[in-house]
Amino acid sequence: MQSTAHSFSANVAAALADPNLQDSLAKLKVGFSERRRQAAERLPEFEALRDRARDIKNHTLANLDFYLEEFERKVTALGGHVHWAPTAADARRIIADLCKSVGARTIAKSKSMVSEEIGLNEHLESIGVEPVETDLGEYIIQLRHEPPSHIIAPAVHLTKDQVADTFFEHHKKLGFTKRLTERNDLVAEARYVLRQKFIDADVGLNGANFLVAETGSSMLVTNEGNADLSNTLPRMQIVLASIEKVIPTLEDAAVLLRVLARSATGQESSAYTSLNTGPKRDGDLDGPSSYHVVILDNGRSSVLGTKMQDMLRCIRCGACMNHCPVYGAIGGHAYGWVYPGPIGAVLTPQLIGVEEAGNLPNASTFCGRCESVCPVRIPLPSLMRHWREREFERHLTPRPVRQGLALWAFFARRPKLYRRATALANRLLALFGRADGRYRSLPLAGGWTRFRDFPAPQRGGTFHAQWTRHGGTRTKP
Amino acid sequence: MNAGRSQILDGIRRSLRRGELSGDARNEVEQRLAAPPRGPEVARAQLDPSGKVALFCQWAEANNATVARVAAADVPAEVTSYLARNNLPARAAMAPSSQLDRYDWASQKMLSLRKGRAEASDQVSITGAFAGIAETGTLVMASGPEHPVTLNLLPDTHIVVLSEADIVAGYEDVWARLRARYGKSRMPRTVNTITGPSRTGDIEQAIELGAHGPRRMHIVVVRD
Amino acid sequence: MGLIEPKFLQNRAFCAVERLLRRCHGGAVSTLFPAGASRPKRVALFVTCLVDLFRPSVGFAAIKLLEDAGCSVEVPPLQVCCGQPAYNSGDRATTRAIAAQVIEAFEGFEAVVVPSGSCGGMISHHYPALFEDDPALKARAENLAARTFELTAFLADVLGLQKVAARYDGAVTYHDSCSGLRELGIKQQPRRLLASVEGLTLREMTTPEVCCGFGGTFCVKYPEISNAMVGEKSADVAASGADTLLAGDLGCLMNMAGKLQREGSAVRVRHVAEVLADMGSLPPIGEAESGKSGAGR
Repeated sequence: MQSTAHSFSANVAAALADPNLQDSLAKLKVGFSERRRQAAERLPEFEALRDRARDIKNHTLANLDFYLEEFERKVTALGGHVHWAPTAADARRIIADLCKSVGARTIAKSKSMVSEEIGLNEHLESIGVEPVETDLGEYIIQLRHEPPSHIIAPAVHLTKDQVADTFFEHHKKLGFTKRLTERNDLVAEARYVLRQKFIDADVGLNGANFLVAETGSSMLVTNEGNADLSNTLPRMQIVLASIEKVIPTLEDAAVLLRVLARSATGQESSAYTSLNTGPKRDGDLDGPSSYHVVILDNGRSSVLGTKMQDMLRCIRCGACMNHCPVYGAIGGHAYGWVYPGPIGAVLTPQLIGVEEAGNLPNASTFCGRCESVCPVRIPLPSLMRHWREREFERHLTPRPVRQGLALWAFFARRPKLYRRATALANRLLALFGRADGRYRSLPLAGGWTRFRDFPAPQRGGTFHAQWTRHGGTRTKP
Repeated sequence: MNAGRSQILDGIRRSLRRGELSGDARNEVEQRLAAPPRGPEVARAQLDPSGKVALFCQWAEANNATVARVAAADVPAEVTSYLARNNLPARAAMAPSSQLDRYDWASQKMLSLRKGRAEASDQVSITGAFAGIAETGTLVMASGPEHPVTLNLLPDTHIVVLSEADIVAGYEDVWARLRARYGKSRMPRTVNTITGPSRTGDIEQAIELGAHGPRRMHIVVVRD
Repeated sequence: MGLIEPKFLQNRAFCAVERLLRRCHGGAVSTLFPAGASRPKRVALFVTCLVDLFRPSVGFAAIKLLEDAGCSVEVPPLQVCCGQPAYNSGDRATTRAIAAQVIEAFEGFEAVVVPSGSCGGMISHHYPALFEDDPALKARAENLAARTFELTAFLADVLGLQKVAARYDGAVTYHDSCSGLRELGIKQQPRRLLASVEGLTLREMTTPEVCCGFGGTFCVKYPEISNAMVGEKSADVAASGADTLLAGDLGCLMNMAGKLQREGSAVRVRHVAEVLADMGSLPPIGEAESGKSGAGR
């Protein structure tokens, strides 16, 4: 997917000015967080499960090569195939070749953020294969030629009216001539349209929440059941997953499933969990004849063993963005690429470079709400701070910021000089007048005073000046 | 592609600053795979059998399934009655399973059943279930000649006949049953866990049922 | 001088448990506050750069509260800043230099008290990790971290203060500053102390725990996003029906005051220390001496 992360400023301005988006975000901010809170409250073991989930992921990452090989062994033993894709281009090529090998004309897709990451749809279209998104949200944005704005609710930025307009425009040619207004009618129309696509599809492509090494199974959760249809009806099944999706055992899956749905939507369990192990067996009346798993690296193996490794624990639940006040103000598209919100701020610079995506880890107050709800306890603010350190080291921080910081640091490291400077600053600020206690505007502080008044310093000088004046200063013991 | 495979595995090992796992380290992970450790136990489902059944029914209903608890002899009549009270045709695709053969379907003269997989035109399906999970009101379906997966997904209405004896506490108990039936580390082609009808929240974050899978799910819980 | 595992003492819940254990067991749970010494006497105040420059009354209020509770307070002269602006900008070298200064300046005091959750959190949560490569300095950082406390947490959890002698006639709403809340577990402590203030009623906002949009340099680097966040916060304040907004961090307070006043709100904004220290009649943040409140025109 093409990145617009470099125009973060413009993206933000557009997002803040978009009334439909702001309406949708208002709902999102309250809805998801309240439901997650209730789900966590209902389960006394929730915190212990989070700790365990984190530990399972850490253990797996430390032994990732072993578990990937074990997974491959099991899949192959069942008559399935594992394909290793070091880069996005490799993954595209492998999938395109698989489609060509069965003369595929359409491919039904279910829930794969990784497929966005590698730009799969454009590539398939270029070789004459039509990708059809079956997740309702993904389907809607596919019709609108928009990228997803959330990792589990891709169309969360849209209002019902916008969806109605989109269906009216695109379903006309299929014989639907009425613009619908009710949600259930919209869902019913999409179901009807997509049902035929499932049936006609030659290939089904799914993402995966987990790849279970013990059994060679891929696991995907949905509420709609589209993944189960796309991995049953077409004659070829492709699973596309990144390397860190592998987990050791079914017992580990149970722990992760328990924290996944609750963290994502506040549900005790998603409606469907699909555990697929290989192609159809002798005697099966339905199912794909071939089963392929494409395992993608695309820059993840180089994160292992570094300070950033914790980002690979992510199970793609979306809790971080549901609770992030920055995401809640600007929505997902403003982040400019596949993964938005706090996890996006950490992952995007890793996958597409910090020069392109540098704004993302900077646009955070480090409030820490994301970390407090992450089911696998990823220290997201710390990871964002690491990116800021990398930018600083590489002189990518904007010049004025660097210079301002250097000036401040010069004084901060020299306390006696600092005292004189602050006393001076205190008097200077008085010169700008403090008649009613605040400034409507202040030189060098336009960013602040554009939207807010700036409180003036209290009378009487700095604290230290007053403390000294009243003889309060004592030396060290 | 072997080149891609080496590239990825070598990249991982380089980052972890070691070669391929061997010796004690390898034994440890192999042991862990062979005897998978469980996570924290969820207390709420650790109940006696009747408690588990009640919990299952409670959660299933909370997730928009309807539940009827009946004796074995009354299963076919309950199905006929359910279809009638919901104005549905007395016609269904049924799983060719020995589980379901136990019931006297022939007693329902008006009920027309076709055994096999589901087709797009089927409005109702009837299946058994491999297990029910009390913790979350979840049904577990294991694919095979006796349980085609399409029956779980294509029709608008899915009727599931579940024995009380097959209701277990949590996922871990399901895995134990799967291993007992299919062998350790061997799985059927698909295991679907299903919690209530299909749904979506993709339009304005409000839930609508019947996104792609069934809109209606009726669970007949059978006393043995 | 025993070095306590800092993680325990950074868990504010542990402080409360520790007091309880000491009462039950009568023995030393930690070597920092050994049995027999009932409370730390010699306390150092970490003023914070914002309090120093913009609102010294917060520092004086903190001193008054500590002295009233039986501590003697000193203000080490060579303190400037906790280093957070450099830390969050990725300048680790400057952060370490400033942190080393702070460690040096505050050596030897039984406790260091800070009228700010973010500065308190910086010292107690982030200092040790700055010195992974310098074991001696790391040990001193851990030692400092273990004896650094945010003001209300120190009063309520360490000193066991139940009430203050103060009066404030008004309906107050309390904003939970992020670092204080999530790094230091500060939630009930200010509320318990405020509940003892005569004449004061507490009206909670719908989401007191959501970030106000200050975030240090964030508010000037991303002013539109910051504005969106503080706009929501000011709407929440207004909806609470309170006439006064309190918090424990001056950065947050200045941000929220600035927005409220730009919007013409009559809500007065103060630091919680001032109200607890019975200094609630000082001109609020952003208002003048002669100040009638609501002078937003």
